[in-house]
Amino acid sequence: MKLKKNIATSEEGFIFNPSTGDSFSVNPIGTEILALLKKDKPLDEIIEIMCEKYDVDRSIFEKDLDDFTSQLKEYTILD
Amino acid sequence: MIMKKERYERPVILKMNTGLMNKFGKKTDFEAVTHIESVPVKSLLSDYGSPLFVISEKQIRRNVQNAIRIFKTRYPKVQFAWSYKTNYVSAVCQIFHQEGSWAEVVSGFEYDKAIENGVPGNKIIFNGPDKSDDQLVLAARNNSLIHIDHYDELYSLIRLSEEHSLKPRVAIRINMDTGIYPKWDRFGFNFENGQAWNAITRIINSSNLNLVGLHCHIGTFMLSPSAYAIAARNLCELAWSIKEKYNRNIQYIDLGGGFPSVNTLKGAYLPGSDTVPSIDQFADAITDVILGYGFKQDELPLLILETGRALVDDAGYLLGTVLATKRLSDGRRATILDFGLNSLFTSLWYDHKVSPAQAYGDYTEEMVLYGPLCMNIDVVRESIILPLLEKGNQVVVHKVGAYNMTQWMQFITLRPNIVLIDSENNTHVIRKAETREYIESMEQVPEHLKENPLK
Repeated sequence: MKLKKNIATSEEGFIFNPSTGDSFSVNPIGTEILALLKKDKPLDEIIEIMCEKYDVDRSIFEKDLDDFTSQLKEYTILD
Repeated sequence: MIMKKERYERPVILKMNTGLMNKFGKKTDFEAVTHIESVPVKSLLSDYGSPLFVISEKQIRRNVQNAIRIFKTRYPKVQFAWSYKTNYVSAVCQIFHQEGSWAEVVSGFEYDKAIENGVPGNKIIFNGPDKSDDQLVLAARNNSLIHIDHYDELYSLIRLSEEHSLKPRVAIRINMDTGIYPKWDRFGFNFENGQAWNAITRIINSSNLNLVGLHCHIGTFMLSPSAYAIAARNLCELAWSIKEKYNRNIQYIDLGGGFPSVNTLKGAYLPGSDTVPSIDQFADAITDVILGYGFKQDELPLLILETGRALVDDAGYLLGTVLATKRLSDGRRATILDFGLNSLFTSLWYDHKVSPAQAYGDYTEEMVLYGPLCMNIDVVRESIILPLLEKGNQVVVHKVGAYNMTQWMQFITLRPNIVLIDSENNTHVIRKAETREYIESMEQVPEHLKENPLK
């Protein structure tokens, strides 16, 4: 699961997709996940990192990550 | 050393849309509501279960006292009568009665409830098209105010009065064109076509009925004070004609209910808080007409008001819990709550204000709020912007005091507790949550159906 190469991201959570012209706003946790995806981190590792840092059950985070990545696919941000 | 983990919020991405700006746009209103009066929502739900209806006694008393002050500072003789159908939980009725309200009932069941609540018979107004012979005789014996709805009832009452040697105090309900749509002409006698005058004549010619009042109820959730001015003028005209033709003074004019609460009706462009007239505006419209009609000071009729919704809606809250969140096929977020339109019947009429009951982050999303029923119609809000909600989060629905606790349905789930927060912030269960045993106590299974071969 990789972020498309041409997607512009900012640390403040602003995303721009130049191929469609769409802009998006992402919350801080979403921004962190995008940064990890940009570094080509596999999902398992993203889950480890985030569950270590945040006060969340692994099962809940997995569910939320699945929903988040399905949204990214829907918006053609992921390859 | 154990590191404290950071607060989690679900990751979310929102597509930014550009379009025409809405000049009526208002700040999205979802401040966390953590307390009702001074009682924490969290403890209410843990003590009494979720979902839970909560009623503020303080707010009801404030509303009634305010309405009485508004009318009495404009007109010398005013009487409120609590509309039982709006909320007939006995504790709620008693708050209104303690504040001086009479009872306004529309069925034998409600009539009996008012008597059980200790309301003297002569302070009960008996409205509605459905009054049995027995109920009419009982109301007549109790000297209640019987508001006649149709000719069949009028003739029944004349017959019963003769048979039982009674002289009931009566009024007729009058329907009319006050310029509002829809015109409520299914109740009472029509003003414009002379039907009302014919009924009045018939009553006056009957030696057994004592015509004491004139009643109308022009509609519900009325947003136009001028419609009440028209209604008041028409009733004054009839009272004046009765005085002129029969030399009889009408003792009271009852303008019924219909004042709106500040809920937002479905399909309304602006929120109810911006569009609903204040009770002062209704009071101005009504009292200006009656005072200006020309009655002598000592012959001014008593003004009766059967206001329900406007006095109780904002005193009621529904607290509940998020069961799940999911994403619909078109990408929209859906949040499933533990109450649906079986409990919150008014979600069919209003876009209810819903607040989160706990702190939340800066991000929000548009979502559909669903109830828990396995029915496609079970929608609490078709579209609402709220902070990111998670399973287990709690929510507060506002202004649910009117009609929900009478029109709710025991459908699929059981009806929840109703808790009253009194003026000292003590909590009292005023209607217990239903149990399966309670529901089934009304059922009977014939002997031949008691055997279950699947056992």
